[in-house]
Amino acid sequence: MQRLSVCVFLMFASLWTCNGVSAFNMKKGVSDVSNSVYDLHMTMFFICICIGVIVYGFMFYAMIKHRKSKGAKASNFHENAFIEIVWTTIPFLILIAISIPATHTLIKIYNQDDSEIDIKITAYQWKWQYEYLGEGVSFFSNLQTPKEEIVGIRKKNPNYLLEVDNPLIIPVDKKVRFLVTSSDVIHSWFMPDFAIKRDAIPGFINEIWTKVKYIGTYRGQCAELCGKDHAYMPIVVEAKSQQEFDSWIKNKKIEAKKERELASKKWSKQELMTRGEATYKKICAACHQPNGKGSPPVFPALDGAAIVKDKDKIAHHIDIVTHGIKGTAMQAFIHQLSLVDIAAVITYERNAWGNKTGDVIYPQDINNYIKTGKYQPQNK
Amino acid sequence: MEANTHLQSEPHGPPSGIMRWILTTNHKDIGTMYLIFSLIMFFVGGAMSMVIRAELFQPGLQIVEPEFFNQMTTLHGLIMVFGAIMPAGVGLANWMLPLMIGAPDMAMPRLNNWSFWLLPFAAIMLVSTLFMEGGGPNFGWTFYAPLSTTYAPPSTTYFIFAVHILGISSIMGAINIIATILNLRAPNLTMMKLPLFAWTWLITSYLLIAVMPVLAGAVTMMLFDIHFGTSFFNAAGGGDPVLFQHIFWFFGHPEVYIIILPAFGIVSSIIPTFSRKRLFGYSAMVWATASIAFLSLIVWAHHMFTVGMPLTGELFFMLATMLIAVPTGVKVFNWTATMFRGSISFETPMLFASAFLVLFTMAGFSGLMLSIAPANMQYHDTYFVVGHFHYVLVPGALFSVFAAVYYWLPKWTGYMYDEILGKVHFWLSFIGVNVTFFPMHFVGLAGMPRRIPDYALQFADFNAISSVGGFLFGVTQLLFVFIIIKCVKGGKKASAKYWDGAHGLEWSVPSPAPYHTFVRPPEIEEDKDYF
Ligand code: HEC
Ligand SMILES: [Cu+2]
Repeated sequence: MQRLSVCVFLMFASLWTCNGVSAFNMKKGVSDVSNSVYDLHMTMFFICICIGVIVYGFMFYAMIKHRKSKGAKASNFHENAFIEIVWTTIPFLILIAISIPATHTLIKIYNQDDSEIDIKITAYQWKWQYEYLGEGVSFFSNLQTPKEEIVGIRKKNPNYLLEVDNPLIIPVDKKVRFLVTSSDVIHSWFMPDFAIKRDAIPGFINEIWTKVKYIGTYRGQCAELCGKDHAYMPIVVEAKSQQEFDSWIKNKKIEAKKERELASKKWSKQELMTRGEATYKKICAACHQPNGKGSPPVFPALDGAAIVKDKDKIAHHIDIVTHGIKGTAMQAFIHQLSLVDIAAVITYERNAWGNKTGDVIYPQDINNYIKTGKYQPQNK
Repeated sequence: MEANTHLQSEPHGPPSGIMRWILTTNHKDIGTMYLIFSLIMFFVGGAMSMVIRAELFQPGLQIVEPEFFNQMTTLHGLIMVFGAIMPAGVGLANWMLPLMIGAPDMAMPRLNNWSFWLLPFAAIMLVSTLFMEGGGPNFGWTFYAPLSTTYAPPSTTYFIFAVHILGISSIMGAINIIATILNLRAPNLTMMKLPLFAWTWLITSYLLIAVMPVLAGAVTMMLFDIHFGTSFFNAAGGGDPVLFQHIFWFFGHPEVYIIILPAFGIVSSIIPTFSRKRLFGYSAMVWATASIAFLSLIVWAHHMFTVGMPLTGELFFMLATMLIAVPTGVKVFNWTATMFRGSISFETPMLFASAFLVLFTMAGFSGLMLSIAPANMQYHDTYFVVGHFHYVLVPGALFSVFAAVYYWLPKWTGYMYDEILGKVHFWLSFIGVNVTFFPMHFVGLAGMPRRIPDYALQFADFNAISSVGGFLFGVTQLLFVFIIIKCVKGGKKASAKYWDGAHGLEWSVPSPAPYHTFVRPPEIEEDKDYF
C-alpha cells in the first residue's frame, strides 16, 4: 500500500517539475497573472494529491485487508459524532486556506486600471478582428493552415491549426487591455500563455488585460463552440520589443492609408476579379463554399442565385454584402472589408461559376451606395 | 372497509401481448421499460461517441465533416443525459422504491405509464432531426444562444419540443416519486429508516421539480426568438445572450446532481451489503445529500466564470462551489468508513460500487480544482472539463447503474447473472474508462478546447490513447447486453435474499419479485434497520 502511494506521488511529482513546458500540464505562461494562476493550479493539485493519498490509503487498505476471503469479521461501529465533525471541519478549513490566494489572484485579474494600449477584439464566424484603439489600425486574423493539410493530402506542419495570416502584435512589458466582443455568436478568446480566456459575446464588451514578460510567439484558439469552423479560428500573438512594435504600427498606418487611396484608383475588370477571388476564398467560401454552391438550407448558393445574376438586383446585392442580413450568419461586411474588396468580391460573384453576367462593380459605386443608398453606375 | 377488502383480493397477473406494455400501470413493468429504453439510448448515444472518438483518433478531418461532428457531440450529450442516465435512474426508482418502502405500487400508476410513454416519442423526435434538411442540433448540449437561435438549423424547433416532452415526463416522474415516498411507506417505516436510495430520490425529485420548468422556460424563449420575433437572447434586438446561460445553468447545474444523487443512493445500498456492515453515519448521509442539493441551486454561474461577471459575482460563485466539497467529502468518508473493518467481498455490484467510490473521488478532485475561479480561466471549455464531467458521469453515474443492475437483476429475473462474465465486464469497463478519460485531463491542461473535430499536433498522442480506450469501452458494453439476456433466459435460481449481507424490505419478497408485492403492508419492527 505504502509503496503504491509513493509510486503515485512520484508520478505526479514529476508532473510538477515539468514547470509548464510539458504537453500535459498547464502552461506557466509569460505574465504575472499566468504565473499566479499556474501556482494556484499546482497548489490545488498538491492539496488534492495529499487528500487523495490519505483517503485512497484508507480505501485501499480496507479493500485489501478487510476482505471476507481473508477471514475478516465485520465489526459493527456505524456512528461517531466526533469523527463526523472532524471530517467536516478539516475540509472546511482547507477550503478557507485555498480561498485566500484564489481571491487574491482574482482581484489581480480584475484590476483594470492604467492600461497603456487598448485593443478591441471582435470575433466573427470564424476569424478575429484586432483594432488598435486610437491608432486607426485594424485588421483580420484568419487561419492560415491550408485545406490540403486539414484533409491530409499534405503533411501537417508543426503549427498545424495554430497559425494565422496576421497575428496580433503587442509590446512586452506594457499593460495591454483587450476589449472583447463578438459580431455574431459567442466565441471565447483563449490564450493559455497569458492565462486569458474571455468570452466574446454579441452586445457585450468584456475587459481583460495582460502584461507580457518575454518576447515571443504565443498560440491559442477560440474556446467557445461557435459553429462549424470553431476548430479553425486560432489566435496568434507576437510580443515584440517596444521599438519593433512602434515601427510595426507605423508601417501598418502607412499601409492603411495606401489601402484607402486604392479606392479612388481606376480598376480594370481583371484586377477586380483577381482581388475578388482572393477575398472570396478567404472570407466568403467558409459559408458559401469555394464553388459558390453553399450548404443549403442555412448557407445559400450564390452560383445561380437571382440576387447575384439579375441586373436590377445589383443594389440589393451590394446592400446584402455591405449591411448583411439581419438575424442570420450573413454579416455586414462594411466593417470588415475595404471598399475595393467589397467591389471586387461582388464583381467576382457576378462573374464566377455559372454567373457570367459581365457586370463590373467599382469601389466608387460602393462608396456612392453607402452614402446615397442607391446604385448609380458611373464609370462605364 | 371497502378499501380493505380490495387490498385483500387476490393479486391478478398481467394481461398478455403488447397491450400489457402499452397499458401497464405496474411499477415493475414500467421500471423494466424505462431500463430497456435507457439501454437502447445508451447504445444510440454511445454510437455517436464512437464517431466522435474515431474522428479524434488523429488530427485532421478523416471521417466526418465539422457540421456533422457538432451534431454528434450535441446529440451524444443530450441523449446520454436525457435518454440514458436519467431514465435509468427513474427505472430503478420505479422498480425498487415500492419494494424498499413496502408499497404495492407507485402512488400514481397511470401518471407513471404516461411519464414513460412520452419518452420514446421525444427520443424519436430528437434523433429524427439528424435526417432533416440542415441537420440536427449542432450547438452543443448546452445550446448557448444565439448559436441555438438566430444561427441554428431549422430542426431546432423539433429539438425544443423534444426537450419540452422530456421535461414533462421528468416532472411527472418526480411528482410520482415524492408522492410515493411520502405517502405509501409501510406503517411505522419512519423517514429515518428509509434506505438512502429512497432519500436521494426524494431529494432529487424536488430538484427536478425546481429546475425542469426553468429549462422549459429557456427553450420556450428560444422558440419565441426563432419564430415569433422576440429578442430574449438577441443582442441586436436588446436581448441578452448571457441571460440564456444564467437560465440554462440554473437548470444545468442541479441537473448534474439529479444524475448523481440517485447514484449515491445506489452505492449507499451496495457498499454496506458487501462490507457486511451497517452504513456508517446514516443521518450524516441524509443531511449531506440535502445540503448538496441545496448548494447545487446556488452555484450555477461557476460554469460562467469567463463571461465577464463582476468580481463579487465570481467570488460568490467560487466560494459557494468550493463549499460543495464539504458534504461531498462527508459522503466519501462515510462510505470509506463503512468498508473499514468490514468483511468485504467483491461480487460484480461491489466491484462497480468500489470503482465508483475511487473514481468519483477523482472527479471530486478535478471539480474542486475547477471551482477555483482564476484557474478556471485556464480549465474552462477545455478537455480538462470534459475529463472531469465524464469521470462524474461514467464511472460515477453509469457505474452505479451497472452496479444496481447486477445487484438487483436476480430479484427481477429470478436467476443469478453470470458472475465471471460480470467481472470481465467490470474489468474491461474499468480499464476502458480510465484509458479514455484520464488522458483528457492532460490535453485539457495543455490547452485543447472541447468540441473541436480537429486539433493541433501536440494533442495527438493522448487523443489516440483516448480513442483506443473509448472503443474498448464501447465494445465491452455489448457484453453487458449479453449478460442481461443470459440472465433473463435462465441460470442458477436466485433465493429471496441472495446477498447474505443485504438489508431492507426488497429482500423479503421472493425472486423474481411477483407481479404484485406488498398488497398487504409488511410488518415494520421498531429497532430494525431497513437500509
Ligand atoms: C458566416 C457565414 C457567411 C459568410 C462568411 C458569408 N455569408 Fe453570405 N450568407 C450567409 C447566410 C447564412 C446567408 C443567407 C441569409 C438568409 O437567411 O437570408 C447569406 C446570404 C448571402 C447572399 C444572398 C444570397 C441569396 O440568394 O439570398 C449573398 C449575395 C451573400 N451572402 C454574399 C456573401 C459574400 C460576398 C460573402 C463574403 C464577403 C459572404 N456572403 C460571406 C452566410 C455567410
Ligand atoms: Cu469562435
